[in-house]
Amino acid sequence: MLGLDRKDFILLLVVFALVVLAPFLLNPFPTNSAMAQFNAGYPDLMQRFVIFGIFAIGFNLLFGLTGYLSFGHAAFLGVGSYSAVWMFKLLSMSVVPAIIASVIASGIFALLIGYISLRRTGIYFSILTLAFAQMSFNLAYSVLTPITNGETGLQITLADPRILGVTATESGSIPVTNLLGAEMRSTYIMDVGTWAFQFNVGYYVCAAIMLLAFYVSVRIFRSPFGLMLRAIKANKTRLNYTGLNIRPYTLAVFVISGMYAGLAGGLMASMDPLAGAERMQWTASGEVVLMTILGGAGTLIGPVLGAGVIKYFENIFSKINSSVLESWFAFMPENMQHAAVYVSEHFVGPGWHLTLGLLFMLVVTFLPGGLVEGGQRLSRLFRRKPQKDAARDSTQSNPAE
Amino acid sequence: MSNRLTRRGVLRTGAVAGAGLAVPTIFTGSSARAYTNEPTGSSVTLGFNVPQTGPYADEGADELRAFELAVEHLNGGGDGGMMQTFSEKNLKGNGILGKEVKFVTGDTQTKSDAARASAKSMIEKDGAVMISGGSSSGVAVAVQGLCQEAGVIFMAGLTHSNDTTGKDKKANGFRHFFNAYMSAAALAPVLEKMYGADRKAYHLTADYTWGWTQQESIQAATEALGWETVNNVLTPLAQTDFSSYIAPVLNSGADVLVLNHYGGNMVNSLTNAVQFGLRDKQVNGKNFEIVVPLYSELMARGAGENIKGIPGSQNWDWKLENQMGDRYTGTNAFVQSFGEKYGFPPSQAAHTCYAQTLLYADAVERAGSFDPCAVAEALEDFEFDGLGNGPTLYRAADHQCFKDVVVVRGKENPENEFDLVEIVEVTPREQVEYAADHPMFAGGNLGACNSGA
Repeated sequence: MLGLDRKDFILLLVVFALVVLAPFLLNPFPTNSAMAQFNAGYPDLMQRFVIFGIFAIGFNLLFGLTGYLSFGHAAFLGVGSYSAVWMFKLLSMSVVPAIIASVIASGIFALLIGYISLRRTGIYFSILTLAFAQMSFNLAYSVLTPITNGETGLQITLADPRILGVTATESGSIPVTNLLGAEMRSTYIMDVGTWAFQFNVGYYVCAAIMLLAFYVSVRIFRSPFGLMLRAIKANKTRLNYTGLNIRPYTLAVFVISGMYAGLAGGLMASMDPLAGAERMQWTASGEVVLMTILGGAGTLIGPVLGAGVIKYFENIFSKINSSVLESWFAFMPENMQHAAVYVSEHFVGPGWHLTLGLLFMLVVTFLPGGLVEGGQRLSRLFRRKPQKDAARDSTQSNPAE
Repeated sequence: MSNRLTRRGVLRTGAVAGAGLAVPTIFTGSSARAYTNEPTGSSVTLGFNVPQTGPYADEGADELRAFELAVEHLNGGGDGGMMQTFSEKNLKGNGILGKEVKFVTGDTQTKSDAARASAKSMIEKDGAVMISGGSSSGVAVAVQGLCQEAGVIFMAGLTHSNDTTGKDKKANGFRHFFNAYMSAAALAPVLEKMYGADRKAYHLTADYTWGWTQQESIQAATEALGWETVNNVLTPLAQTDFSSYIAPVLNSGADVLVLNHYGGNMVNSLTNAVQFGLRDKQVNGKNFEIVVPLYSELMARGAGENIKGIPGSQNWDWKLENQMGDRYTGTNAFVQSFGEKYGFPPSQAAHTCYAQTLLYADAVERAGSFDPCAVAEALEDFEFDGLGNGPTLYRAADHQCFKDVVVVRGKENPENEFDLVEIVEVTPREQVEYAADHPMFAGGNLGACNSGA
């Protein structure tokens, strides 16, 4: 269906279900319980999950298929954000022109950088992209401050023209980003018992775009073009000797990948109209590499999982402070409590990087294929038993029917 | 798969799905909230968003200590601190409006993006009704904008840029801390007294909103004295080694170096400058001098020996009441309860955060509601005393506090590691006041208060 084979279609359906039901799935604990700390079902984080999912899907198209490791993808994310915010400043608060502009701008930018960087392969390509991204970051940070507003970040103000929209609302505040009048920030809160599930317009807009981006990526993976990209990854030299010029293919996928990053940047700005230079920093480029490898490079769902895990750590673990820890270990005698708090303190709060680093190390060492490989191993482990069970079930349940 | 599709299965699935759809209509309570995060239970949540990593991490840690102390006092713990000296007596130690105060913390990483993400999760997930903190003006401006959009109150912590209550001011944002213009106005006469009216200044400036307005203010104030500005070089906030910026100073013909740096930045740039022997130099027949317009005890501690004799300005100092008298009542009460809890005197960052928390709590009590618009109204043109700075006004036109400014200098012979700064003089409030439409603050608009309803 939709031009996909059965396996891919089921995968798409699974992703669809996960994304649509995310407000429930990510909020498993009642609001007032101690475990509510681990709930991730609030609009901002859910938006980040899908937006960085898009970013990682796009990165995976380049890295997973061709093996070209770009260390400068954050530059495209930044360009997308800046273009989107400028659209909000100049045109209107509708997200449609902003997203279109961010994709086009980052596509053009990727074409420029790709044209130069793709003359080299391997480590030289990585260094070139890193250099370009760092240049873009420095330009945004301190040279192009009239366009980017430097470290403070580009924000919308009450003085912006917004020629197709309004400069200020009737009550004198800055208008909010919207899609055909539906405000991105509006959230419907469903109280079920002690649970509070949040359904946010912005999240579902991002989610719809992410599903589309995921679908397009599946199609690219399964297309002749995708096959050609895999051939490049397998052996460039042999491909060259068969008389094929690989550069149009690599440049095309580089630009597509850059446009995905730009789309993610545009969506980030649409959810929260601000663009900061730190979005372009090399750490941000490194983050998407981590996401892809953690989830499983070259797999369809891996990058999305990786993005989810890293964002979860960044937003949930970083907020566990020592007073929270004290309440967790309150059942222990005082000395042991202090010791436990002292030790675990280094792994949460500002130390969340450490926990993530350990997890990354474990995954890369024991599951080189990322979380997806972990999932496959688990399912292989359980598959044999269910088969036996199924056989027994059928023998037992048939008579009952 | 299709052979599993039986009539019974379809019926069963249908019944389950129907029941599932019906559940929400049974349990769904009314979600109508009068304003963002209206506290309905027995407690109210405040969000403290401070830098725990990056160049301002020391300030952030001290701010967090002050917030915890303020919450303890509001809930009736400890000795009550400045609640005893505060000119308003609405706070009884029973929380705010009888609701127990709870708080959540977050790390801004001194990055606008991360700070906004952290503040958003406080508002959306933890139900914070007020956000406070911040130790970088770039972050403060970004978070203030977010709070305006979300409909919660932002009580700015340490933010010194003119823009926070100037070009980027917001109706939901309030600042107790002083600003770059006030620093310059207070510092200029002292600089003239110390170094004369014929000086050539070289500026190193942190490249973001605070650095820009700080440099602009100091340049304007010193040029009014007759000083000449030789050069202004912008340095990235993430910079840790300033050697390459210091070397050109030596050949520029300048005889004063103004370091528009703060926190870890300032500690590093000052150390580099001293290592290059700038302070032992004679230029134009005068001793070479270094000025650090925005000062703090924490920075002085970081810079150690190098800070001796270097002048700057502060919002508040823990020795204020002892040295300058009863006008600054509240100082000792705060220093005592902070010192008892943590074992050392508080920094000005801690002081402003503590004061902001009390001011917010008091405004809620006076307004009788947590509604941001009611709280904002209670804070506007509010005159108070007893929070350590003397009589203070929260001006309605730009939500900026006006109070005396402390001019300080690195102490030559400190008695202990907390006594690194000596007070040179206190500049009275009248001398640092300005019109709300002053050119350095123009271009902004408070807009309308947003309660998120």
